[in-house]
Amino acid sequence: MELRSNEPTGPIEHRWEKHKEASKLVAPANRRKYNIIVVGSGLAGGAAAASLGEMGYNVQCFCYQDSARRAHSIAAQGGINAAKNYQNDGDSVYRLFYDTVKGGDFRSRESNVYRLAELSVNIIDQAVAQGVPFAREYGGLLANRSFGGAQVSRTFYARGQTGQQLLLGAYQALSRQIEAGTVQMHTRTEMLDLIVHEGRARGIVTRCMKTGKIGAHIADMVVLCTGGYGNVFYLSTNAKGCNVTAAWRAHRHGAAFANPCYTQIHPTCIPQAGSYQSKLTLMSESLRNDGRVWVPRKTEDVTKRPEDIPEADRYYYLEERYPAFGNLVPRDVASRNALYVCNEGLGVGPEVDGERRAVYLDFADAINRLGEQTIRERYGNLFEMYERITGDSPYDTPMRIYPATHYTMGGLWVDYNLQTTIPGLFAGGEANFSDHGANRLGASALMQGLADGYFVLPFTVGNYLGEVRTLPPLAEDHPDVKQAVAGVSERIRKLMNAPDPKYPPEHFHRLLGKIIWTKCGMSRNKAGLEEALLEIPRLRDQFWREVKITGEGEELNQTLERAGRIADFFELGELMCLDALEREESCGGHFREEHEENGEALRDDENFSYVAAWEWTGNPAEPRLHKEPLSFEYVKPSKRSYK
Amino acid sequence: MQGALTLHQTTVGKKVIMAVSGFILVGFVIGHLLGNLQLYLGPEAINGYAAKLHSMPPVVWTARLVLLFAVGVHIASAFSLWARNTQARGSRYKQRKDLATDYAARTMYWSGPILLAFIVYHLLHFTILPAHPGDVYRNVVEGFQVPLIAAFYIVGNIALGFHLFHGVYSAFQSLGANHPRYNNYRRDLAIAICAVVTIGDLSFPIAVLAGFVTL
Amino acid sequence: MSEELLNLTLHVWRQNGANDAGRFETHQASDISTHMSFLEMLDVVNEELIEKGEQPIAFDYDCREGICGTCGMVINGMAHGPQKLTTTCQLHMRQFNDGDEIWLEPWRASGFPVIKDLVVDRSALDRIIQAGGYISIRTGSASEANELPVAKEDADKAMDAAECIGCGACVAACPNASASLFTAAKIAHLSLLPQGQAERRDRARKMVAQMDAEGFGGCTNHGECEAACPKGVSLRWIARMNRELVRAMVKADTPIQRRDRAS
Repeated sequence: MELRSNEPTGPIEHRWEKHKEASKLVAPANRRKYNIIVVGSGLAGGAAAASLGEMGYNVQCFCYQDSARRAHSIAAQGGINAAKNYQNDGDSVYRLFYDTVKGGDFRSRESNVYRLAELSVNIIDQAVAQGVPFAREYGGLLANRSFGGAQVSRTFYARGQTGQQLLLGAYQALSRQIEAGTVQMHTRTEMLDLIVHEGRARGIVTRCMKTGKIGAHIADMVVLCTGGYGNVFYLSTNAKGCNVTAAWRAHRHGAAFANPCYTQIHPTCIPQAGSYQSKLTLMSESLRNDGRVWVPRKTEDVTKRPEDIPEADRYYYLEERYPAFGNLVPRDVASRNALYVCNEGLGVGPEVDGERRAVYLDFADAINRLGEQTIRERYGNLFEMYERITGDSPYDTPMRIYPATHYTMGGLWVDYNLQTTIPGLFAGGEANFSDHGANRLGASALMQGLADGYFVLPFTVGNYLGEVRTLPPLAEDHPDVKQAVAGVSERIRKLMNAPDPKYPPEHFHRLLGKIIWTKCGMSRNKAGLEEALLEIPRLRDQFWREVKITGEGEELNQTLERAGRIADFFELGELMCLDALEREESCGGHFREEHEENGEALRDDENFSYVAAWEWTGNPAEPRLHKEPLSFEYVKPSKRSYK
Repeated sequence: MQGALTLHQTTVGKKVIMAVSGFILVGFVIGHLLGNLQLYLGPEAINGYAAKLHSMPPVVWTARLVLLFAVGVHIASAFSLWARNTQARGSRYKQRKDLATDYAARTMYWSGPILLAFIVYHLLHFTILPAHPGDVYRNVVEGFQVPLIAAFYIVGNIALGFHLFHGVYSAFQSLGANHPRYNNYRRDLAIAICAVVTIGDLSFPIAVLAGFVTL
Repeated sequence: MSEELLNLTLHVWRQNGANDAGRFETHQASDISTHMSFLEMLDVVNEELIEKGEQPIAFDYDCREGICGTCGMVINGMAHGPQKLTTTCQLHMRQFNDGDEIWLEPWRASGFPVIKDLVVDRSALDRIIQAGGYISIRTGSASEANELPVAKEDADKAMDAAECIGCGACVAACPNASASLFTAAKIAHLSLLPQGQAERRDRARKMVAQMDAEGFGGCTNHGECEAACPKGVSLRWIARMNRELVRAMVKADTPIQRRDRAS
């Protein structure tokens, strides 16, 4: 396997333009002769399918949800960045590029990031034209806010539902193409394998989730926009259905998987309330602007009501450890410190599986200082959401928060064209690894999904098709197709007929999640990772032996759907631990306890300034590592310090 | 391929038709009440009023045709919506709890037919087959002195009251008039029309039964 | 808030496909924490059913944070259950009492055929959007975003209407199984913005035509949809849809074809 990034050279501000000029095109009259499969209908997939259909290609779009509008992009609350400089505060494409490379802790590809920043402005134009109701000022112009510690106001938002509104914009564009007949939508249809023929991605095998029917779909190329793999942790802020299966099946066919251990942990989530918990809910980080984070100083106080703990016995650990930034330290620092105080036995809230894992986020001071009304105006909807879930009112008692997995920066390795290491297989949005490095800045996920979907893929897909011209026809009864279909059926049969069925799939998912979360979460070390690498294969074997699925394969069977996804999470989880073990440095959200300086992350640019792209070898324990070296011509690596 | 879509074929159009025809009928009901109030002025007043109306056949027949048409399309649209809406549910809920709707709205499909039966009877009773042609006053008083007939008029007018309350309030919505700042006036207007018409109409049988109005 | 444990009796609608008659089945949910969400309670029941070798209750869910619109069932006669402005996934068990009997039914509407148990097919809503619930703008051809100012009040109103999550609770709660609130929310959202003007007439006519073709009932102004809507989408948008449609029907020169229910 060879990793060729295919980046253009020359001045960074002209690279995308230059690349477009040098690329092949497909004439309008020829486009309808090409069939393109797009898997996923979120910001990246929905936008790509709509745009490709509009250009005249024959598009087949697939999603596991019952409607394209439900992809998890919908849950993004905060906003979307764009270098519009509407606020006249000195923002520019270059500055957004700079912030993103730096925020990614120097582990992303400069050319890609620059293109992302460049396209950010087009996204806003596109979304506004689609009718996305962004917040506006009284003068009728678009409003902006500063987000995630950025020094400029470049974030566009639609109440707390920016992701929803942008997704509906893409969904509506997609609906228009469905009506026009250029896109055929397959909902409740899950991709379970990739069809590779003569070295090129030529189709997918799917299971209709309503009837259980397994079928092959053949095309000229495949685009995966299937989101991230945060659910490997079992508990995350992802939707329950989010999974790695499509990406993982591609990986098993030869698509390199890059930086799997780069996951983002969000510090302000509502903690787990019991072992039955099915997911975690994220609350906006803006809460840390006015809330003070603390835990009791004494372990015997953790069961007391917070009101009964005197001021002197409260440990405002972020303010004490980071006097300069206090409660506003970056996400990874805030998350890690919450972990450490809970490890010391100072965690609060109900005991779950013998541990208390939560810290207080206290608004009492802010309410005294600013008045309840001001706090209500700023955070009213968040307080309401918190109360709905926990039954506690943050006006009366401190919130309890704990970090949770939110986004995964790792994903399928792609070149500048967003093509994976399998020709004809492209990956966009969270499913690829490309733009965020080791850490994603706030309000950048929506930007990347839409940049890939609206502006990059429609173009690079054409370049690929223009290059290959005509592909040999592939019939449904070709051995490559039949074998893929048979493989999927066989795997389902195996899942349905475990030798010693005992437990529902969730049982194993919870155990796997616990291993990954404690040993490959926000703070990791060699010993823990090595333990995890022993535990995961053991649990995986047990899963295949003891998983219990009732009902039939040929009907709607949600247990079977989940079991198939969990089976892939087992293999991915192992790769994550291997990747984390191999990366002997701390960067972004990835903290290796052996590599620190006064408790701060210590990056090792000399030895680890590369993308780790893993190749499947057939043995999950022994993937092959390929390194794509990263060079920084524009943004010189510097050290992060918040002391 | 299907034909061109026309307004009355849509569910929205059907409600618009019901609203417009409903407003015509509300106008008539108010005018009818005002005319009838002359009962309290004695036989000469109301009989004279009736005679005057009947001396203008073109006016009377135009009004009758308009009303007949309004009633016709009102009922036709209602029936078509009812048939459609019954189908649209498919299987019924075992448990069902209403959160917003009121009694008047829920019973439109009952108050409507009751009203229709009442109107048919009312027309037969006073217009088509009156006991004393030309003497409205006597027809009314003699009629309402029979408790069963008075009771039927009372039931019919209560049904009218409920029908009017939801009808007036809802007709604005059907015609597109819903604005948070003015919705209270809309409700007040519906209550006012409903109250005036119901109280006014109920007063006749009650007044006769109670002996306030006699021959 | 302190945790309590509840014991509940569930009467769950079980139906194997659109052609099955369906029936209620009774299950016990024991030791349910008041901190659980409603769907987590069903998860617990389902895991027990699987361990016993029985089929779990099928129900739709995804984000479990009240925004994707996937979940939804009629709980004790109320779409999404007893708490206002709350989707089923955000409903928590502290809204119930020990010993309660809970009736669970799918969204019942001819436009939403049952797939299994509490899972229904809501693709009709997608087809209503496909009929015209969009602004036709070619990717990459948009003009500068700030070129066209939009009054803040209009933008805010458009956002109010655009909050619809497409869950279908309006249809489930409507005595007529009407999809008017869903359809109206999109027509209103786009008609309030200057960008949406060009297709305004066609959009209203086509979307209403599709809504009717899907077999949903008509609006008779009960307001149940608004009361059940987890996002508080207002009835005023239905009035606006009515206005839009009449105006389009009166003004447009070219007729619109009637639409079919897609298979």
